[in-house]
Amino acid sequence: MNPDASHFGSSIAARRFWSGCFTLVCGLTTLVGGIILLALVIQVVREGWPALSLKLFTKFPSVLDPENAGVKSALFGTLWLVTLTAAFSIPLGLGAAIYLEEYAAKTRLTRWIELNIANLAGVPSVVYGLLGLTVFVRTLGFGRSILAGALTLSLVVLPVMIIASREAIAAVPASLRSAAFALGATRWQTIRAQVLPVALPGILTGAILGLSRAIGEAAPLIVIGALAFVAHVPSGPMDQFTALPIQIFNWCEDPGQEFHRLAAAAIVVLLGVLIPLNAVAIGVRAWYQSSKKVL
Amino acid sequence: MSAILLGCGLLSIGVTVAIIVILAWESWGFFQEVSPLEFAFGTRWSPILEPRSFGVLPLVCGTFLVAAGALVVAVPIGLGAALYLSEYAPSSLRAVAKPVLEILAGVPTVVFGYFALTFITPYVLRPLVPQTEVFNALSGALVVGIMIVPTICSLCDDAFRSVPRSLREASFALAATRMETSLRVVLPAAFSGVVASVLLGLGRAVGETMAVTLAAGMTPKLTLNPLVSIQTMTSYIVQVCFGDTPAGSTVYQTIFGVGMMLFLITLLINVIAQRVMRRFREAYD
Repeated sequence: MNPDASHFGSSIAARRFWSGCFTLVCGLTTLVGGIILLALVIQVVREGWPALSLKLFTKFPSVLDPENAGVKSALFGTLWLVTLTAAFSIPLGLGAAIYLEEYAAKTRLTRWIELNIANLAGVPSVVYGLLGLTVFVRTLGFGRSILAGALTLSLVVLPVMIIASREAIAAVPASLRSAAFALGATRWQTIRAQVLPVALPGILTGAILGLSRAIGEAAPLIVIGALAFVAHVPSGPMDQFTALPIQIFNWCEDPGQEFHRLAAAAIVVLLGVLIPLNAVAIGVRAWYQSSKKVL
Repeated sequence: MSAILLGCGLLSIGVTVAIIVILAWESWGFFQEVSPLEFAFGTRWSPILEPRSFGVLPLVCGTFLVAAGALVVAVPIGLGAALYLSEYAPSSLRAVAKPVLEILAGVPTVVFGYFALTFITPYVLRPLVPQTEVFNALSGALVVGIMIVPTICSLCDDAFRSVPRSLREASFALAATRMETSLRVVLPAAFSGVVASVLLGLGRAVGETMAVTLAAGMTPKLTLNPLVSIQTMTSYIVQVCFGDTPAGSTVYQTIFGVGMMLFLITLLINVIAQRVMRRFREAYD
């Protein structure tokens, strides 16, 4: 390299000064995320406080009467959706993860599946909505039902579930498997009795993070035709439904100030579920990762 | 047992095939009525109101206006935070900052839309620039930018941390300051990882739906002015689906045409990102 004068131009003091400034700037950008999260929470609680009452949970949505509108049907809709989505996506995601980590040879097909999952994780959720609309709602004839919604959401979160489960399974020490094989266990016995129990906390964390994404999704449900106003609690998986994020979207769309207040109150309910859920999942994973070092 | 598990793995390929087949099939019907050339190069999008016109460019323009704005916000913040976390922060601060970012990533997008509409536009943008419209691309870009900060930050952090320690030590041994080491040694060494993270962030910004629908409005417009109401590809799909559009009508078919466009754009971005990422992994693993 050809050293030119500029390399020696600035004094050490100036370089130290700029380096210090840079540290400060980087440190400040790290705070931005936390500050925004705080501002967001303060804003929704401040706006939503007047509308937060028991009425919110016992009344059905309404366009005409914001004083007597609530999220009862949306709450039950979300509960139905998340239960069914869990039932579909957890076994499928875990199955694919076990296959890729424990069974698959390094063939072209395996690489194809892996690449494909990475790409699916980047497909916008509205596009999954279009898939659900054509396949579940129309071709299979499920209509705008909870079942169609849950199947669509399962496809949305499946890549996340697979990736998280794979990480958890890959983190299980190979010595455990070797020991099981040495004792004459079959591959499946090894997986069931040794690998899965050790990987369980990681798998659960991934499942919770995936499901909390499903709880917050609105776009694919709107695309498959979920309604905004449903004045009854769904009675089964083939019933029509609405969900909390759809309700929030709809109230935000309304220009009326009192509807924005309702939206804020519904967001408080939604975040009141999601933030603790995520925090627990992240905490469990952190604890598990630090305890694994001892293992 | 292994057959069942293989089936689970193959399902993902089935999903991809189904997406492609359905989008191609339904947009085929659309392109029977509207010429693909008009769709791709037309500058006016008015599928519902007469005189009808099906030029998708205003939607593409709106999408990239928001996505580019989001990157302008997210790249400096994400990179700065990732550099701080990997090069400066004590492990106790990392232990707090990473979960906070992850919780931020878990906030539903409709909530960010509400935040843009009721906080950023009225309390931040309008006091600064009074002629800002109620719905505007800028507020959408700001919240989408915040939403992709966790993606960019955590991937860049991984990339910086996989740069071998010896490179930093060599730099310090030559009397470089920490800033010089960060910017001239660590950043270039992790560059392809950084590029991949920015591309993945861009892919998310392009596909982002609820926040931009609420924040940026529903007026398809070929403009680069971030202060007016625009429409993105995603929010057009939501707008049509939220109303009652009979299946089989031309308006119904447009969402598949637009969906196809959206899918192809995000797929392209993601495929490039995967490639860059793989090259980066090969360099240090």
